[in-house]
Amino acid sequence: MDPSPRPAASSPPLAIEVRGLVKRFEDVVAIAGTDFEVPVGQCVGLLGPNGAGKTTTVEILEGLQHPTSGEVRLLGLRWDKDATELRERIGIALQETRFHDRLSVEETVRLFRSFYRKGLSVEEAIALVKLEEKRNAYVVKLSGGQRQRLALAVALAADPEILFLDEPTTGLDPQSRRALWDVIDGLKGKGRTVVLTTHYMEEAQVLCDQVIIMDHGRIVARGTPAQLIASIGGEQVIEFATTPALPAEAFAEVPTRVASRPRGDGHTLSVKELHRALPGLLSLVAARGANLVHLSTRQATLDDVFLAFTGRSLREDASA
Amino acid sequence: MNSHHPLWQLVLFRMRGFLREPAALFWVFAFPLLTALALGVAFRNRALPELAVAVVDGPEAEQLVPSLDAVDGLTAQRMTEAAGRDALRRGKVALVLIPGPQPELIVDPAQAEGRTARLLVVDTLERLQGRVDRVVVQRREVTAPGSRYIDFLIPGLLGFGLMSSSLWGLGWALVQMRTGKLLKRLVATPMKRSHFLLSFMIGRSMLAVVEILFFVAFARLIFDVRMFGSLLAFTVFGLWASTAFGGLSLLVVSRAGNAETASGLMNLVTMPMTVLSGVFFSASNFPDWLQPVIRFLPLTALNDGLRAIMLDGTSLLALWPQGLILGVWGLIPFLIALRYFKWM
Repeated sequence: MDPSPRPAASSPPLAIEVRGLVKRFEDVVAIAGTDFEVPVGQCVGLLGPNGAGKTTTVEILEGLQHPTSGEVRLLGLRWDKDATELRERIGIALQETRFHDRLSVEETVRLFRSFYRKGLSVEEAIALVKLEEKRNAYVVKLSGGQRQRLALAVALAADPEILFLDEPTTGLDPQSRRALWDVIDGLKGKGRTVVLTTHYMEEAQVLCDQVIIMDHGRIVARGTPAQLIASIGGEQVIEFATTPALPAEAFAEVPTRVASRPRGDGHTLSVKELHRALPGLLSLVAARGANLVHLSTRQATLDDVFLAFTGRSLREDASA
Repeated sequence: MNSHHPLWQLVLFRMRGFLREPAALFWVFAFPLLTALALGVAFRNRALPELAVAVVDGPEAEQLVPSLDAVDGLTAQRMTEAAGRDALRRGKVALVLIPGPQPELIVDPAQAEGRTARLLVVDTLERLQGRVDRVVVQRREVTAPGSRYIDFLIPGLLGFGLMSSSLWGLGWALVQMRTGKLLKRLVATPMKRSHFLLSFMIGRSMLAVVEILFFVAFARLIFDVRMFGSLLAFTVFGLWASTAFGGLSLLVVSRAGNAETASGLMNLVTMPMTVLSGVFFSASNFPDWLQPVIRFLPLTALNDGLRAIMLDGTSLLALWPQGLILGVWGLIPFLIALRYFKWM
């Protein structure tokens, strides 16, 4: 069914509005004042390393935590006044929920479906995440990817207007991850608003209309993936290594260079125009009497964006 | 109630979770049975053993030993005084007799068997000296139903079983759901928390009825333990207690964040009652000053009530003090738990 947003004075109607959101735990500041909005029908990705404040933000949006200060509106409603109605209209997949081991997929979805006044049929919810073959299997027998899909089916049971997915693909193998992406992509096609947290940049790049990059409880960048990549200036990346190794200053003169940084025993250059930068680089290396031992080029990604805004790589952070 | 009603789905959820867990089935049904079997066999009523007495070697011993041996309930043997004292110390004999013009008896005053042996030996010596009994006593032997150890044990074990399955069954499930974030996921839905708690109560009560009836039938079939009171009153009383322990359980796990904490707290609550509340032996064995405390424990109230109905045929109404104690132990923790229960 279609989402039914409240008529708003200004277009487009907003699914989520966050103003001056702050969350403190004792002496730790988890969210240090954030503002953003999500139009109805968008998929927004909250990106950042562990501890950036993504989960806290999402849990406040889900009504599971109370903000220290600031204002949050979902579908024009507020948690302190309209909690019951909001719970009917949102769907949630937490980071790793352990459903009862000895309940089947179908029984689990049926249990959750029973809490909502309206929604999908149990069969529809299971079909959406392609778990039909496992409908009678106990949860304990499911693989990690199948469990995540079950969590998604449970979240979809109410046919929610806003869907919250907290790290839905963390720990999954690439194949399961892509299967889950397909499901989420299908939901976007049905006009649902999706809020997704992840620390996989490519996930956000594939799925999200809007990306919010968080670090230390703040929003450090916000926009479409293309806008964010454009905002760092260099849309192409050259990775190379030479022998003997050359200092970073040697490449300051590469045409259209935006930034350079060491990477392993070589360097990474962000450039605007590959066709001008590459010949320049080759002649610089030759002029220094060095040889290339490795050379590759690629499009800049959100990883480079994160690096540009925070000075560190998301991957290193996430795996630490 | 239609099959899509959340309360019905939650009850199904509880029942399935239990019935599909072999370990839970074992602890609720098999474990009390095995305990009853083991204790029932160990303490089955047997004819009293003959008491052994030692007669110290001497001229009279020759004649005394066969006379004593002939007495119903005594066996006698000759040995040296040192050997006799040693046998007494080891509990091999209940008494050492040193014959003579003024016979001497060596007994341990702390042993009931010593007292019985002394009475029997003195009686025999008197007879040998030609005492004439002036009162002729007629003996009629009976075994009163409901007076055996197993009759005492069965209601106690059931009480213990009801306490354990309420506390562990409910508390454990809640802690598992909390650590697995299932509780958090549930409260993020429009599910009514009252439905959730009620489903636990209903699931627990359904199981308790099965537990009670099963145990009563088992005790009757294997040990011929009779139900002197009303089975309905017995079941109702057991259900009431099971519900009360459910309330207590909710408080015990209201804030426990992991299985270790929960299991520690659970043992803290159940261990003292297992010892004090008259599961395996009568609580009246404890000193008087402890009795008021013991009386007020919920498991004591439950065991007393079950025994009163089963063995004495007491009516439910007469058990209002026990019912009240259980109610207090159920309601107050429940109200506190509602206030402090940690859902996520």
